Amino acid sequence: MSWITNFVRPKIKALITTKDVPDNLWAKCPGCEAMLHHAEMVKNQNVCQHCDHHMRLPIEERLKLLFDEGQYKLVELAKTTTDPLKFRDRKKYTDRLKDAQSATKRKDTIVVAEGTIGGKNAVIAGFDFKFMGGSMGAAVGDGLVTAARLAVGNKAAFIVIPASGGARMQEGMISLMQMPRSVIAVELVKEAKLPYIVLLTDPTTGGVSASFAMLGDVHIAEPGAQIGFAGRRVIQETIRASLPDGFQTAEYLLDHGMVDMVVHRNDLHQTFAKLLRLLMNTKKDKAA
Amino acid sequence: MAYHLEFEKPIVELEAKIVELKNVSGSGVNISDEIARIQEKADKILVQTYAKLSADQKVQVARHPNRPHFSDYIKRLVQDFTPLAGDRLFGEDCALMGGLGRFRGQSCVIIGQEKGNDTESRIKHNFGMTRPEGYRKAQRLMQMAHQFSLPVISLVDTAGAYPGIEAEERGQSEAIAKSIETCLRIETPMVSTVIGEGGSGGAIAIAAADRVLMLEHAIYSVISPEGCASILWRSADFAKDAARALKITAQDLLALGIIDEIIEEPMGGAHRAPEATVDVVGDHIEKVLGDLRGIDGPTLKTRRRQKFLEMGHKV
Repeated sequence: MSWITNFVRPKIKALITTKDVPDNLWAKCPGCEAMLHHAEMVKNQNVCQHCDHHMRLPIEERLKLLFDEGQYKLVELAKTTTDPLKFRDRKKYTDRLKDAQSATKRKDTIVVAEGTIGGKNAVIAGFDFKFMGGSMGAAVGDGLVTAARLAVGNKAAFIVIPASGGARMQEGMISLMQMPRSVIAVELVKEAKLPYIVLLTDPTTGGVSASFAMLGDVHIAEPGAQIGFAGRRVIQETIRASLPDGFQTAEYLLDHGMVDMVVHRNDLHQTFAKLLRLLMNTKKDKAA
Repeated sequence: MAYHLEFEKPIVELEAKIVELKNVSGSGVNISDEIARIQEKADKILVQTYAKLSADQKVQVARHPNRPHFSDYIKRLVQDFTPLAGDRLFGEDCALMGGLGRFRGQSCVIIGQEKGNDTESRIKHNFGMTRPEGYRKAQRLMQMAHQFSLPVISLVDTAGAYPGIEAEERGQSEAIAKSIETCLRIETPMVSTVIGEGGSGGAIAIAAADRVLMLEHAIYSVISPEGCASILWRSADFAKDAARALKITAQDLLALGIIDEIIEEPMGGAHRAPEATVDVVGDHIEKVLGDLRGIDGPTLKTRRRQKFLEMGHKV
């Protein structure tokens, strides 16, 4: 490491890379193509005020939205992301990880936080889609196990918010093994008779949807979210036919009995609060 | 029906020569010596080739159509096999077969994917690509095993769960998730063997077992090398590189602690000696079931979970 790589290069990088707040204050809604002002979008939780199209929302915003008064405590996760296969495609996995880590300022895609929702203890494990597409490797499995154990310890509800394309290919079979591991995490919560609720956000596909994400006591999906097992392209190539309108959307899953409800972002807190009060009803607050 | 892999060509050519020589025998003087010499050469090349198969070559061997399939194992290893059909919810999926039977004297539940071996049977079994109904049938049979305290033997051989519109409509994700959950819930011994292709979620759905065995040239992967190459290399032409990078061979997976045991195949791969392969797989399963017998159900379940929780952490 030299002065050039440690000092000069980051400075140059900082000069040429864009900041989090876009200079371009206007964005086009992918739903209705209306021009949306940045401040308006933030105020409206990234939901288009014209057509209600739900755009992706950073995980911190979600935590603020769901926990009572936007108050929560982040849970420190052990550093577990390694490169078990020494994987390299056109780029080294370790380099992809470093890039994602510096872009998102976190160790991996998963974030765990604790707090209360509707006055009930809750632990949330959420995904940051910006970190390698929310893909599930050992760090995600570890995060889910840590979060589930915390929920059991705190007698808290366990809420998971996936936003993931599926397994992290760069971890090979280690990533596939996160499917059983995440299922075991959920089992710990279920055996403690605590609620396990999944908030399916855009996208929830592949190995993530085929493991913990489809095992909730209650499944809540965000409007328009893509949820499914196989990718659209793979299905199209297999069946050689076009896909129906709205295929693999939250509404489609509701129609086919795979989710309990599709809930507008503005109503999420209230919905969770109500569910937790009903599921975690104690004699004391039965009048409530 | 003979089917030859590209890299086996030198061996196949020598074998063809031997057949040719045998046919013209009678005229020549030293013809038997010549046959012996060529045979020796063919054997030598076979040993050399199979001693260091690349990951990509293993993919081809694992997919070889003459490799023994689920039905071959049932025929040779299971007496009184009683196939059980249907998920009690929607339909019957022949991609995943299952039923009751007696394996080496012991009543068992046996489940596994069947790829089929000719056009008709391949279509009937949907090339081993299971739909939600198949996974729900697997759940039902595993629960039955739990109910009657019977061990579960699963044989994994699939390119992956079926990607189709109806499969999505009927909850392919949920079916796989619940199937993994069922594997991890039952309080009875479970042994899984990857006999050919272990294709991602479609495979782990019936392979979250106490012991996971793998045939020497089988593969087990989170994504097909072709699929991985087209995403990460932006072209399926790099499938060979992806196969190597993904570490999908039995040898790599044993080193990573993903599987518990490798079952050696007869020289030149299972497709050259299907019956011998089935027998050796039977011997390994029998041994493992013997080891698991006598461990009480709840302990089995606890240890099974512990095994998966610790996975990837011992390296």
